[in-house]
Amino acid sequence: MESINYQNFRIDAENICVDYNGKVALYDANLRLKPGQICGLVGMNGAGKTTFFNALTGFVNISKGKIRINGESLRSAQKDQTIAYVPQSEGIDSQFPINVWDVVMMGRYGSMNIFRCPRESDVQAVKDAIERVDLTDHLSTPIGNLSGGQRKRTFLARAIAQRASILLLDEPFSGVDIRTEKLISELFIQFKNEGKTILLSTHDMIHVREFCDLVLLINKTVVAYGETSEVFTPENITTTFGGISPDFLFGPES
Amino acid sequence: MELCSFLTLDSFIKDPLTHDFMRKALLMSSLVAAVCGFLSSYLTLKGWALMGDAVSHSVMPGVVVAYALGLPFSLGAFIFGVGSVALIGFIKQKSRVKEDTVIGLVFTGFFALGIVLVSKIKSNIDLHSILFGSPLGISLSDVKQTIFISLLVVILLSIFRKDLMLYCFDPRHAKTVGINVLFLHYLLLTCLSLAAVVGLQSVGIILVVAMLITPGATAYLLTDNFDNMTIISVLSAIISSLIGIYISFWFDLETGGSIVLAQTFIFLFAFLFAPRYGIFKLKNFFAGYK
Repeated sequence: MESINYQNFRIDAENICVDYNGKVALYDANLRLKPGQICGLVGMNGAGKTTFFNALTGFVNISKGKIRINGESLRSAQKDQTIAYVPQSEGIDSQFPINVWDVVMMGRYGSMNIFRCPRESDVQAVKDAIERVDLTDHLSTPIGNLSGGQRKRTFLARAIAQRASILLLDEPFSGVDIRTEKLISELFIQFKNEGKTILLSTHDMIHVREFCDLVLLINKTVVAYGETSEVFTPENITTTFGGISPDFLFGPES
Repeated sequence: MELCSFLTLDSFIKDPLTHDFMRKALLMSSLVAAVCGFLSSYLTLKGWALMGDAVSHSVMPGVVVAYALGLPFSLGAFIFGVGSVALIGFIKQKSRVKEDTVIGLVFTGFFALGIVLVSKIKSNIDLHSILFGSPLGISLSDVKQTIFISLLVVILLSIFRKDLMLYCFDPRHAKTVGINVLFLHYLLLTCLSLAAVVGLQSVGIILVVAMLITPGATAYLLTDNFDNMTIISVLSAIISSLIGIYISFWFDLETGGSIVLAQTFIFLFAFLFAPRYGIFKLKNFFAGYK
């Protein structure tokens, strides 16, 4: 058997298990992603999508298995700002007294000194990131005054400012306007060309077909994983969603 | 106290300052208010009001035991404050009882223990001053402790100001970029215990939670900027303390209660007239005349 060069994988999650106080949320899950790959994470509510993200960001500890990022430990990936997480809208207190600039600046915190004083390079990174998501007119707008789509772009800008090579996006398309959806799709193509690795969860099956090279179907564990064209079949989707036919989920014509 | 009919604003402010105990009370209460006000922004945004109530009540047995043993009361208070939080976390994790129930259960238990201890330990503990505060009768050793603890909390909060804001706003992002979230959690709890310890001298154990949440809540209604929120919170806390002490001096009212009432009135004012978030939205009101 040939030995695997783990350096080749941006994300390498091997047999990971997560349980909350003895209640299993995810077991024996595997995922391997290379630079430039976009992978869709698909499953029902409570199937473990958020748990998977939590494990990859280190927000929850895995009880079994191993996670390597660029061949190294999660701890060193955190220190190197390798992973960026873009939360879903419900995961954020939109009434928090903070403006767009300050949220995006938080993407730089990990690489600043202990007082988090922005350097010239941090200011530039934040400026560039905000420009890329087209929010330059809203630098000092409190996030509570933004639309859902603008808020989503703010957090995307934070991930860009962080200069992470891995982006984890929780429902990036939920509750956004057409303009934001188009802008996010364009950014995904740019990210892919820059060699970033993207894992996104979505409820929208059309988005999976449109953007994702790979798809990971989960229901507490991996139901199927592989190239979207091969794996994203009606049978697999039905299994993932506990027997509900895909026609019901995204129309008979798909 | 005779409230003279010829009282002018000048003498209203200056007369109390001729008393040594009043100068000390005004200074100490302002310092305590500033510390609690600073912390208040974080607690209100983190949603830790009930936690503040729990910690402040739980320090009761610590204060009593420390007095009985002749130790600094802040030490005893701190141990029981942090202990209560640890116990809340432990019971929550090991049982199916909901968190707010566990919090209520633990702090009332601690508080009751404190009251029972006071009745059993025969010493010169003044229950009234623990429960309701005694800013006018603060001793020299208490002054030293208060200054030391206040400075410590202000320094800690200043250093980790931005990290704590991030922790309140988006702990998952903090974790993802390698910031030690567990450390920040305990740092905030430690500051909460310490602030409760100094706050109880001003307004007493029962009302100290007001010092920890009301200024932050007031500021939250007045701004959308975190730094401004902290400044407004500190200022409103200090102003309330000064108003409360003056009012209690001239009208012979309970000092702790007066301070908290002043805070409550300032909150109500913000609630009604805050430019953007008030019921009557002053901004719109003035805009009508432009």
